[in-house]
Amino acid sequence: MRTSILAALWLVLRRDLLLAFRRPGHIVQPLAFFAVVAMLFPLGFTPELARLRDIAPGVLWVAALLSSLLALEFLFRDDAQDGTLEQFVLSGQSLTALLFARTLSHWLLTGLPLALMAPLLGVALGVPLAAMPGILGALALGTVSLSLIGAIGAGLTLGVRRGGVLLSLLTLPLAVPVLVFGARATELAIQGGAMAGPMYLLAALAVFGLTLAPLAAAAAVRIGLE
Amino acid sequence: MDWTWFHRLASPPYIYRLAATLTPWFAWPAGLLIAAGLYGGLVLAPPDYQQGDGFRIIYVHAPSAWLSLMIYSVMATAAAVGLIWRMKVAHAAAASCAGIGAWFTVVSLVTGMLWGKPMWGTYWVWDPRLTAQLILLFLYLGYMGLRSGIEDTARADRASAVLAIVGVVNIPIIRFSVEWWNSIHQAPSVMKMDRPSMPAEMLIPLLTMMVGFTLYFAAIMLVRLRAEILRRERSASWAREVVAS
Amino acid sequence: MSEFLSMGGYAAFVWPAYAVTFLAVFVNIWSARRALRRARAHAQRRLGVAGEPS
Repeated sequence: MRTSILAALWLVLRRDLLLAFRRPGHIVQPLAFFAVVAMLFPLGFTPELARLRDIAPGVLWVAALLSSLLALEFLFRDDAQDGTLEQFVLSGQSLTALLFARTLSHWLLTGLPLALMAPLLGVALGVPLAAMPGILGALALGTVSLSLIGAIGAGLTLGVRRGGVLLSLLTLPLAVPVLVFGARATELAIQGGAMAGPMYLLAALAVFGLTLAPLAAAAAVRIGLE
Repeated sequence: MDWTWFHRLASPPYIYRLAATLTPWFAWPAGLLIAAGLYGGLVLAPPDYQQGDGFRIIYVHAPSAWLSLMIYSVMATAAAVGLIWRMKVAHAAAASCAGIGAWFTVVSLVTGMLWGKPMWGTYWVWDPRLTAQLILLFLYLGYMGLRSGIEDTARADRASAVLAIVGVVNIPIIRFSVEWWNSIHQAPSVMKMDRPSMPAEMLIPLLTMMVGFTLYFAAIMLVRLRAEILRRERSASWAREVVAS
Repeated sequence: MSEFLSMGGYAAFVWPAYAVTFLAVFVNIWSARRALRRARAHAQRRLGVAGEPS
């Protein structure tokens, strides 16, 4: 009997989480990178917290964007090398759904930890404590879209040797709306303003991505495996 | 309905010959229209009441900005046709668009900067149109990078087609986000370009240039398309007749 | 004529803009024709037919 689609999703998700916890390096490295990039700004700009606060939204979002980009390397590469992706294609399940689960686990392992860590870095950038829930929410929502866009890019560069730079070039322009709305939401959170507007736009991007990106990622992976 | 015309469009030798026949029909009118547009824009059109003769940059800036976006949509359409009907000729057409589009995106940026300096007092402002145009350039570069990064032509075709379609879906979102961003961080020096109407002696040369550049693109694209088809079909028997003559 | 060339004081911006545009126009013509010439030469070598030297 064929496994139902929900059971298949759960199996993929559980497998990814298990694998990740046995190789914690893949979770920790993007987080460490996030912290290092955010640390470079006080060193390169100014140690004054009052001035850092002004650029904090941009710093947090650019650093998050870069570290989620770094984590994309792990999204399909190992699975393509050990044949897991081919098994996905041959399994008779919808590849779109399986890749959706794969992207979801990627978000749980990189996007969500990034969002959870952002308040810590925010403190170092002079962000008031009252802004933390807002920052966490904006990053958690924005990284969903980043993972989804990244899945398309990672799928497309499957067949490219040393595709890291290319992956960034493909993904970053598409991530511009997430950066714009996310940084604005963070800025409003820091200033104590109403951040509903940009949060709705971030949510709209996430919903749009959730509906279309797995389809494109599945097409890309199919082409990459040919 | 008779679909044979559609099947003929999928045939490389037919398209190769059609492209060869059509090229001069686009190239000559393009040359004439661009020459006429240049004369009209540089000589006949009166100086602008605010910008003097500086506004004449519009006659090269607007057509290249138009080409940059139009070529992307032609490329994405061709890519989608290639992906859906597995039509190799359509993929070849998409491949021949990218380089031209990237060139004219650069031209629109540079001419925009040269226009901005006397009008805004600076070469670059983070105006939504300039920013969106810069992102468009990166989309072109990514597309070309992906194409050259995959060695197998058929796979490069299909992967880059997916990217082109993802890009074309995203362009409106990117444009919206950039405009939204700019409306919040309004740069004080940005001058509003929209004026109600242009007098006819300014507008007619502009339209002439736009049509001329569009025909020019068609001619160049057809030449590139032939090169691309020949590169892909160089072992086919029909290619023998074509290259021997 | 010199009045035309001075472009009402905007010569330093108008003429470079036109120069860049027509540089792109001619580079694209040249590179498209070169691509076609190369593809033909390649196909001729591959198919073993001697076309006229181009």
